[in-house]
Parts: sequence; C-alpha cells; structure tokens
Amino acid sequence: MPDPRVNRAIGRRAFLGQASMGLGSLGLAQLFRPDLFGAEPGVMGYPNRQAKIKRVIFLCMAGGPAHLELFDYKPELAKRDGEPMPESFTKNQQIAQLQGQELRVLGPQHPFRRFGDSGQHMVELLPHIGGIADDICIVRSMTTEQINHDTAHTFMNTGFRIPGRPSMGSWITYGLGSMSEDLPGFVVLTSVGGAQDQPIASRQWAAGFLPSKYQGVKFNSTGDPVNYVRNPDGVDRRTQGALIETIGKLNGIQRSMVDDPEIDTRIAQYELAFRMQMSVPELVDFSSEPQHVREMYGTDGGDGSYASNCLLARRLAERGVRFIHLYHRGWDHHERIKSGIETSCKYVDQATAALITDLKQRGLFEDTLVVFCGEFGRTPMSQGDRSTAGRDHHIKGFSMWMAGGPVKGGTSYGSTDELGYDAVEDVVHVHDLHATILDLLGIDHTTLTYRFQGRDFRLTDVGGRVLKSVLV
Amino acid sequence: MKSLQRALALALFAFGFPLGADEIRFNRDIRPIFSDNCFACHGPDGNARQADLRLDRREVALARGAIVPGDLSASKLIERIGNPNEVLRMPPVYSGKSLTNDQKSLLAKWIEQGAEYESHWAYIPPSRPAVPEGPAGIDYLVGRLLSERGLEPVGEADRRTLARRLGFDLTGLPPTPEAVEAFETDTRSDALEHLVDRMIDSAHFGERMAVHWLDLVRYADTVGFHGDVAVNVYPYRDYVIRSFNENKPFDEFTREQLGGDLIEGASLEQLVASAYNRLGRMTNEGGSQAKEYLAKYAADRARTASTVWLASTMGCAECHDHKFDPFLASDFYSMQAFFADIEEEGVFAGYGDWGSKILVPSAESEARIADIDALVEDLTERGRDLLRATPENLAGFATELRDSLDRWQVLVPAEASNDCSDPDIVDCEKFEILSDGDGFVSPEFGRDSKPSKLAQVVKGDLGGRLVRSVLIEMFPPQDCEDFFLGEVEIRWLRPGEPARRVTIDTVIADWDDPSGQLQGLVDGNHHTGWTGNPHEEGIRRAVFVFEAPIEAREGDKLEVTTVYDQIFGLHGISYRQRLSVTDAETIEFPIDGPAAELIGKDGWSADQLAVIERLFLHMTSGNTFWQEIRSLKRERKRILDHADETLVSKSVAPRTIRVLPRGNWMDDSGEVVEPQAPSFLTQIPKTEQRLDRLDLADWIVDDRNPLTARVFVNRLWRLFFGVGISKILDDLGSQGDPPVNPDLLDWLAVEFMESGWDVKHIVRTMVLTATYRRSSTPSPELLEADPDNRLHGRQNASRLDAEFIRDNALAVSGLLNTKIGGPSSKPYQPAGHYKELNFPKREYQSDVDGKQYRRGLYTHWQRTFLHPSMKAFDAPSREECAADRAQSNTPLQSLVLLNDPSYVEAAKAFAARILESDATDDAKRIDYAYRRAFSRRATQAEREVLLGFLGGQRAYYSSASTEARKLLSTGLYSVPTELEDAEMAAWTSVSRAILNKHEFVMKY
Repeated sequence: MPDPRVNRAIGRRAFLGQASMGLGSLGLAQLFRPDLFGAEPGVMGYPNRQAKIKRVIFLCMAGGPAHLELFDYKPELAKRDGEPMPESFTKNQQIAQLQGQELRVLGPQHPFRRFGDSGQHMVELLPHIGGIADDICIVRSMTTEQINHDTAHTFMNTGFRIPGRPSMGSWITYGLGSMSEDLPGFVVLTSVGGAQDQPIASRQWAAGFLPSKYQGVKFNSTGDPVNYVRNPDGVDRRTQGALIETIGKLNGIQRSMVDDPEIDTRIAQYELAFRMQMSVPELVDFSSEPQHVREMYGTDGGDGSYASNCLLARRLAERGVRFIHLYHRGWDHHERIKSGIETSCKYVDQATAALITDLKQRGLFEDTLVVFCGEFGRTPMSQGDRSTAGRDHHIKGFSMWMAGGPVKGGTSYGSTDELGYDAVEDVVHVHDLHATILDLLGIDHTTLTYRFQGRDFRLTDVGGRVLKSVLV
Repeated sequence: MKSLQRALALALFAFGFPLGADEIRFNRDIRPIFSDNCFACHGPDGNARQADLRLDRREVALARGAIVPGDLSASKLIERIGNPNEVLRMPPVYSGKSLTNDQKSLLAKWIEQGAEYESHWAYIPPSRPAVPEGPAGIDYLVGRLLSERGLEPVGEADRRTLARRLGFDLTGLPPTPEAVEAFETDTRSDALEHLVDRMIDSAHFGERMAVHWLDLVRYADTVGFHGDVAVNVYPYRDYVIRSFNENKPFDEFTREQLGGDLIEGASLEQLVASAYNRLGRMTNEGGSQAKEYLAKYAADRARTASTVWLASTMGCAECHDHKFDPFLASDFYSMQAFFADIEEEGVFAGYGDWGSKILVPSAESEARIADIDALVEDLTERGRDLLRATPENLAGFATELRDSLDRWQVLVPAEASNDCSDPDIVDCEKFEILSDGDGFVSPEFGRDSKPSKLAQVVKGDLGGRLVRSVLIEMFPPQDCEDFFLGEVEIRWLRPGEPARRVTIDTVIADWDDPSGQLQGLVDGNHHTGWTGNPHEEGIRRAVFVFEAPIEAREGDKLEVTTVYDQIFGLHGISYRQRLSVTDAETIEFPIDGPAAELIGKDGWSADQLAVIERLFLHMTSGNTFWQEIRSLKRERKRILDHADETLVSKSVAPRTIRVLPRGNWMDDSGEVVEPQAPSFLTQIPKTEQRLDRLDLADWIVDDRNPLTARVFVNRLWRLFFGVGISKILDDLGSQGDPPVNPDLLDWLAVEFMESGWDVKHIVRTMVLTATYRRSSTPSPELLEADPDNRLHGRQNASRLDAEFIRDNALAVSGLLNTKIGGPSSKPYQPAGHYKELNFPKREYQSDVDGKQYRRGLYTHWQRTFLHPSMKAFDAPSREECAADRAQSNTPLQSLVLLNDPSYVEAAKAFAARILESDATDDAKRIDYAYRRAFSRRATQAEREVLLGFLGGQRAYYSSASTEARKLLSTGLYSVPTELEDAEMAAWTSVSRAILNKHEFVMKY
C-alpha cells in the first residue's frame, strides 16, 4: 500500500492544479476522468465569450470547387468567353498547372438562376441547395495562401503551411472539451465522386503539437467504422466484457501496489473503449432512420457516400460530437468541367440540403454551424482544349457558404472582380473564417493559444477577423 | 515603497521553488518573464520593435530609462507594469499577456539588486564544475540540489525493476526471466556494470537509440506530400543503428550525415549517411511550382538541422528576425545556403524517381563483391603475366587480333523496314526504321505511338562473299537497361529466286542467362528469346552460326528479321542494332572502335599495350581467365542488380539563396546570402572557397559550440530520466526552459565532448548513477516539494514508446524476429487505411512471413497515414523534426491492445508458450506468464482474478468450439497441433488480459 499521505498529496496537487483552472467544484472522481472522450471540460476559462453555437459541421468540398460554376455569377466572364485573359489580372500572380500557357477566359458552363425569397444567385445544378438559399450566407470573397491541394488543405485546416500544427477541430476540442460520453469530440468522414479524387493526408485532422487526444478520429465507411473498434474474431461482447473487467481488476490491484495515478486513467480508458465498442455500431446502424429521412438524403446509409456521411453527421451531432468534418473528394476539375461539375453537384446537392433541413426539423440548426467550403477555387481561365476545357487551381478569390446559429440566412458577403479573379470587396482570409468559427463557439481566437517551440501558437497565427456582418 | 517591499516579501515567501535563494538571477528568473511578455515588441526583431526599447540589451534598457539600477521609482518599467490604467499598463491588453504579482515582484527585486544581465545561458560555452569523476559526479550534482532544498532522495529500486528499466532504456526490450534471475542472484560488487555492459553492447542498443534519432531527422518510408509515395532510404536507418552499435563518435556521426558525400573518397557508408539531407518531404504533385517547393525544402532543411543539433527555433526567423532569440532572418537563410548545393528537383516527375541515389548491397553482398573484385584482379594479373611471358605470345596474339578484325564485315543495310504482319504490333504504320551509313538501324516512333513490339527487317548486300556466321550487336541508348529479343530469322535472297531460309546451327552470345535462353531466338516462338542487360561496355553481341555456309554471288542479299518485344516489363526495343558477317570458322567477337585502330600497328606504346592486354583477356577462345572473369563479373552485376537503392546527397553548383521577405518565395528583392553560422555565434573563418556542409558540421561539433553537446546530453537525460534537465528538448533559447540544474547539464556536456563525443560512454555514465537506480515511488515529501520530479529525488516512471510496446508483446510471446536492419516491414493494418491516398491508389499488403514479427522501428512509415497502432501511442508522423514524444493515455490505445490482430496473435502465441512450458498447473502457468511479462510472480490477488477469468473462459470456449477456432485463427501463427482449442482459447484470453495490463506498457 502506498503511504496515504502520497495519495492525499496527489489528490491535492491535482485538485489545486484543476482549481486554478476554474474547475474547483469538481470532485476527485472527475479529476481522474478519461483523457479523451467522455464529456470533458476543455482548458481553463473557455468558452470565454458567449457561445452562440455548440458544434460545427464542416463540409469540405475537396479538390477546389469552381466558384465561377457554382456561386459566383459573372456575366462578364460569359461575354469574354474564349478571349485572352487580360494580363492585368494574372501578371506576377501564382499559377499552378497553367504555368507557361496561354491564358484564355472560360465562361460559366451552366446557367445560373436566383433561388429563394432572397434571390441568391447560384448555378441551376444546385436545386436542393437552392431550396435552402434563404438559410445560407454565401461568402464570395474567400482567399487562401497555398495553391496545391496538400498544402492548401493544411492551410485551410491549421492556418499554417508547415505541418505539425493542430487542425481546427483539434483546437476546438482542446478549448471546449467534449460533450459526448462515448464518442470522440472530433470526427472525420470522407467520400469520393465527381472528379479525380485527390489524396487527403491524415495530417488534416491531426492534433499537431496539441496532446494527441484532440486528434480527429476518422470513421471508415467500409470495414470497422473506427480502427480496432470490432472485437477479434471468436470474441463476443460478453467475453470482451469479461476481459475488460479482468483487466480493470488487475489494474486495480496494481494501483494498490504502485503509486501511479496513470493507472486510474488507464482503467477509465478501458471502460470507455468498451462503451465505444458498443456505441459506435449503434451509431452507424441506420436501420432506425425512417423512410422519409432516407428519401430526403437519398441514401439508406452505410454506403460510404457523401449522402450517407451527411446523415451520419446529423447522428453525430445529435450525440454531442463537437466538430464533424466531411471531406468530399471530387472537385478537381482540371478538364471537362462542364460535365464534371454537373456530376459533382449531383453527388452533394440533395444531401447537403437535406442535412440543413434535418437539423432544422430537429432543433439543432440554431446551435450548429454548417460550413460548405473547398481548399481553394478555380481559375476564370480555361485549361486544356476548348472541347475538354477545365479550370486550374485558384487562390485569390473563391466562394463558400455558412449556415446555422446566428449566421444571417439569405445573404451574401464580399465579392470578386468582374472576371471572378481577385476578391475585391470584404476580402475574407482563412484566418478570418477560423476566427469566426471560434467566435461562434465562444472562443476569442486571440487568446486560445498553446506553447510550442517557445511560441504561443494560435489557430489564426497573427491574423483573423471575426466576420461580424454575416452574423445576426 | 514600504508596501511594495512588503508585497515583495510576501510574494517571495509564497513563491518557493525554483526561487530558493534571495539573489535574483537574470537567466533563471528574469529572462523568462521578459522573453514571454516583452521581447516580441522590445527584443531582437528590429521590425517589430516599439519605442526603440530593447529589454534584451542592458545598455538600451538603461539608456531608454526603462531600468534604473537600484532605483525602483525612477525605473519606467516598474511604473508601466504596475500602472492601474489599462491603456498605459505593460504588457498591453491586446497582447493577451499579463504579469502575475510574483513576476512583478521579481522584476522589482532584480532592479533593486542592480539589474544585472547575463548572456543567455545556452550561448555561454559549458564549463566543467569541479566535482567527482564518473557517475559520482552526476550523483553529487543531483544530490547538491536536493540537499539545498532539504530533500532526501528515495532508496534504490529492487533488482528486478532495475533490470527491466535497463532493458527498456538500453535495448527497448524486456529482459528475459533468466537474465533477471541472473542479475538478482549476482553477488559481484560490479553486477550492475556487467548487466549494463551487456546491454550496451547488444545489437539492440542501436535499435533503441535509433528510434529517438529517427524522430529527430524525420526518417520515413514515404515522401510526405500529396500522393505520399514510397521512397527507399532504409539503408540510412540501418546506418543509424550501426553507428550507435559501433559507438561512432557523435562528431563523426554528425559530419557523415551532413556532408558524407563531400568527404574525400567517401565510403559507401558515408554516402548512405548523407541521405540525411534527403529525408525531407518532397512533392510530385502536378501544378506545383518548382521554385515554391525548392523554397519549402530549403526552409525545412534549415529548420531541421537547427533543431536537431542546436535545439534552436531558427524556423521562427523565416519571415522576420526571431522575436526572442538573437537569430536574424538572414541567419535562417545563411543556414539554408549550406544545403544549396544538394541536387534535387522542386517538383519530381513520376512516382519512383526522387533524384540522386546509389545502390546499397547488403553486408553479405558487399563482402562477396570484395571477394569478386580481388579474384578478378588476380585473374587479370595472371592473364597479363601469361601474355608477357614470351615475346611470341604477344606477337602471336596481335596477329590473331588482326586476323579477327579483318574477318568481320559490317553488313550495311540496303533496305530497312518494319514488318506489320504480326497483329500484336500496334500502330505499326506510325513508325519507321532508320538506317545510317555505318550499318546501324534503329526504330523511330511516331509522336503518339510507343509500340511494345517491333519486327525489324534489314536487307544487306553480301557482295559475293562466303558467309558462315551473322553477328548481331545491340547498342543501348543511355537510359535503357534491358531488352528482349524474341526471334531472329535469316533469309538468303537471290534475284529471281524464292528466298531461302538459313538454318542456324549454333547461337553464341557474350552473355546468356544461366537458364539458357539463346535457343529461344531461333525456335519460331516470339515469346521465348534472349533477355539481358547490357554488360559493362554497354554492348551486347550474339553470333548465329549457319548450318551450312552461304556461297553468295554478286547481287545476293541477306535478310535478317529481328523481333523485339517489351513483355516481362522489359524496355528494350529502342536499341540501335548492327549486323556483321564473317567467313571465319572460329567464332570471335570483333573488337570495337578505337582498339581496332591501335592493334593494327607495329610497335606498341604503353597505352596500346594496355589495350592489347585487355583484349587478350577478353578475346581468346578457350581463355580460362576470361571465362572465369566473365562469370565473376556476371555474379557481381547480379548482386548489384538485386541491391536496394537509397537516396544520397549529391553536390552540384549551389542554387542562389536569398532572404525571402516575409518568407515569400515569389519575392526576389531580398539580399543574396552565403553559407555562414548564425551571426551572434562564433563565425566560421571564410576562405576562398564557399563554405560547405562539412564546414557546417565542423562548426556544429567544434568544442567551442555552446549548444551541440548540451542539446544531445539533455535529450539523453530525457530518455533515461523521463524529463530533460532543460525540459523543452527542441528549444534551448530564450523561450525554452532554463536548466533546473545548470551545473549538471554543463558537466555532462563537457564530459561528452572530452570523451571524444563518446555516446556509449555518456550513456553508461548516466545509467550507472545512484540517481538512475532510484525507485520511482516518491516519498510524500518529494511529491509535495517537487511534484514534477525535476530534481530527481526519485526515478520517473514512464509509458513505453509505441515501438517498444509492440516489441514487448512480440518478445514476451516469443514471436519476435530479432533481425537487425533491412527493408521496412508491414505488420497487419486495418483494411482501407490508405483509402484516402491516390496517385497511385494502393493496397497495403501485410507481410506473410517472418517480417510480420519484426520490431516496431522497422514498421513501414507512411507519413500521411502512419500505422494506426503507432499513431495511437504517440509516434510522430515524421513530417517535421520531433525531439520529444508525448505519453498520452487514451481509449484508442485500449482498442489497439485489445483488438489489433498483432496483439491478439501475440496473446495466442503467448498462450501456446505458456501451455508448452514446464509449468504443470494453472497457478504455476500464471506465474510463468507473469515472470515472462513482468519479471515477477503474480500476487495472490492477481492469481485469483486470473484463475477466475480462466475458469469462465475455459467453460465458454469448451462449449463454443467454432468461436475458439475463430479466435485461434487470428494472425499467421499456427497453434501447435497437440494443443487443444478450448484450452488455447482460454489461455489466449488470459494472455490478452496480461498484455493489456497497464504494467505491460510501463517502465518503472
């Protein structure tokens, strides 16, 4: 048996440590709470301003959706279709695959029209999203700093171009903790379809220099929904339960012999792991979803599609997951954008709108922020032969939209120039998007920091402006 | 004033550790406050500086009136930090910083005491404090600090704990029960030294040390950007293991990695070491701009080298001068300039070519190659001796040569075309056969066509000669490595008569596959034939001897059809081909170009003699020397063909390196910089020559460099004592952690350098201390006074690193494959883990042989999708330098140990081991298992828990034989047939409980 004074000292140390972080009312039992999941407070003092939302669903349209084919209507672009791109736009600007090529304007490939009472301009290919036009705020002046997929995603997620920094989902669970008893606070779902599927590195949901418990947990659409969540073959739930109970007992005996508070944490982690083994299969079992919901999303669930992921996102949201990050890898239209954009829209249009509608019907829309955004946009210039024309990567101006919480639905913010090249009005940087997301969650983005290599890092580096005018 | 003093006294009273004494020390007490709160605007970065005030320089702080030594009321600093008005108070509200009352009191007290500055501790060369030699010196310094605080260290850990601690610390593996027992009963006074020596001399020492070093240098098996495709650099990993095992001095280790390729007459080992410079991430993503990525690679190298060796955050100076440390932006780019000579592409092409590389044969192969080289030299010498033995030999041979020369005649093509009759020949119409006047023919493909098969028809005028044989010579283009010649058909054409097929009696070639392929050339089947690599001269020759000679008339032609194919993944249809004919009865290969000119003349110069000697060795039929040499050279080539590649550094004309304003790679307005050490540290003397990577290495390991030795020993201390003396391992700068025991850090650093950078010596010295041997159970007093154990009154218990948790399970179960080095291995991995990868898409194939049980450090390191078990236990992605690892405790770890097939299989093998041991009943078996897993017997309570669990499992699996079978089918390991399923399954469950116990992942 350890000296009882030792236990007291540990208790007091832990208690004082926590107390100084404003959690003095917690008892010892909570102090040995599991490390990762399980409703857990975040760091000291957060939220530090009034939170307006509880969770974020980030719909990443990976590959770089063409703003000029979706949300940014440019009659001038249509007018100049096929003409040389004025050099005043492109001179000394960064360019990706069009390096060293003749630059010509490519007009929008599909008609645009106005949707909703608000009359938001969008491509005709998005009738369902058009149906929620009055719920979303379209930002037409996004910019970023990195022009290739890998680095652009890294920048969009972490605010830095160098790897090793935490993803926004990690920052948020670090700051606010988790609301779920048996699920991770930060979940990632992926799907493909519509264009060549560019790779996505697990770095995009890594915790970077934050403790690893804040990393995003990717749910798989095939095989085990979460790595190692399934029992080994030949082991049923009861056997696994008996095993975990035995491990707990052995660890308990060890705790009485060795003074190591990590043992308590370990015991709790096993219980949590077991709870997770039970809750995850329930989570991904869509059989309880009524037919009309399935029809609304256009999926029965569990097929790994974007639609299925949207439905799963709602289920995760209901269960208290804080940050749900969907990647749809299907927007890299370097060629044949006319047919490609149509296909990609079909993959996402209905389910995206269904998600918003579903959230509204369940009363979750008021405290959920939904973001629909790529890692960059695409050029006003065409790429390749005219018959197979596509668009190249573009970072100086592109579109995204937000909905939910206090976001002003049926509005738009910012604009690009007449050819959709540069964001010119109310320019929004990635850091501004991050600052706004944090602000909605009740976090002052300038104060949520973590010391790494001698510097207090934040998600917004040294920038970030809360987009107050898009909010009620 | 009085109240301030009272507040001060109170604050100091409350402060406690680390502020023990009354005297304020700048480095320990003040610099951290300044650095964290003030330097950003009042520090080294000139661009960000406010009010012209620098608090990092005493003279400026005094001149600006911020500080008046000894006079608090006159010091503006005191006024500003205490100002009740938010607008005037420092640090400003918008900075998000604020000073605590303790910090304010410290600043006040420091100014009262005279505001003395100290240079930053890490930039002052370490000096050896006068203390006892050897491990006792460490104990003395640790003990001194403890006694200053009035603290008593705890006693020594028991021998079992020590043996386990040493096993994990020095080899990354648990000690065997036998080794523990031997140590427990070893009564020699130097029993510990014996154990330590054995472990340090074990080949697993290098593996253990490599894990840490590979994190630093960000070693991985893939390139890290975009498609994250594989790259072969494992020979570098093995070099690291070998270097630690051979106890390569750290200065040499440093030189070889940074500049191995620049060392004169660099050995293979040194070239392999230079792969260090090629370990960074690389891209092949379409649409990437080379200039941008070259800038990224350059920054990465400077960041990494400065972290690895200097624990300096120079990367912070990419966009501006460093905010806290005296690094200028130009220093960061001067550091980059050292590496500007490394050959590389900004954007690499394709999936497999990542620039300069070499072939690295295995150790056995290398030994055989050395043998071969010696044998060839000997044979060559003996051949020469024979030739020189008599003048007649020489003259006779020269005559033979002349004859041989005269008897081969190039068959100049009169026509060359392609034969499109074969339907397998795609796009036949899109290419043509070109021929030049010298007898060479080669195919010329159309723009969009790259056929995989080709039938080439050449007709040449025989000029009324007698022909007994045809020679086909193949001259490869530079980038071509092999060929496949499927068929050769020869016809004799006479105007007005049908073509006559020539029957081939024999085919002779200068090389044939041991399986004998030549006959396939004349068997009428295009899919069998002669494949081969060009030999060392690049030309390949085959002679076709006719069954009967052709007695040609004037006007007769010879038509030779050669069918080339790209089957079997071979390239070779872009060969240039030349035909010759001879009437000679003895078949010889002709002499090529310049040699032919030389031997035709009388009287030989030394050069000519050398050619003749070479030809003698190569040409004479029945020459056993040549036959032997040839077969040896073939073997040599075969070995090299099977050797693996590794990337290496190759020095080329250095790229221009400029300071990039705000780190913007598109901005060319910055000044051009040359390689040089950071400006505030000792400079490297300039010479005529531009400084290179070896100069950098020499500067890094110069005894006067204040950082290198400290950085390395501090990290070693972290490995063996759980926390660094300065706990932030990658930043010894102003924002780092002032060493809790500076004398100890200095003593270790000086000891390390003076020992000749002897790594094993310094490791040995650390682990032979009483400090190392202490129990990890704290006393209440220590826990109270030093909760984080920075003073080392006890040992730190710590969780094992990811790799060693795997190793532990493999070792305990008996599955461990102890092979050192070699290609990376692929343990079981969840299906679809690489699903998000593309370009190319890939399926993970886990190993199906002994490689499955290799140690964790050999696991295939996919940077963007690290093996989930590794990641769960905090192994870094190795995209960036990682000096330290977290030791988290998460439910994902529980899921890994519970359900990852590697651990289930280990439990299964462990169960078999338990059942096959000589333990005769359940209780004894549990004891056996405990001794293997934990080096101890189970306690009564533990035994009861496990016996109860065993009983339940036994009952269950006895009635669920299908389930038992299923459990036992996890993994490749097959259960010995004599063991019963239900019993095995029940013990597998018990083993799983043991492998999942917290103690299993811990080092106490």
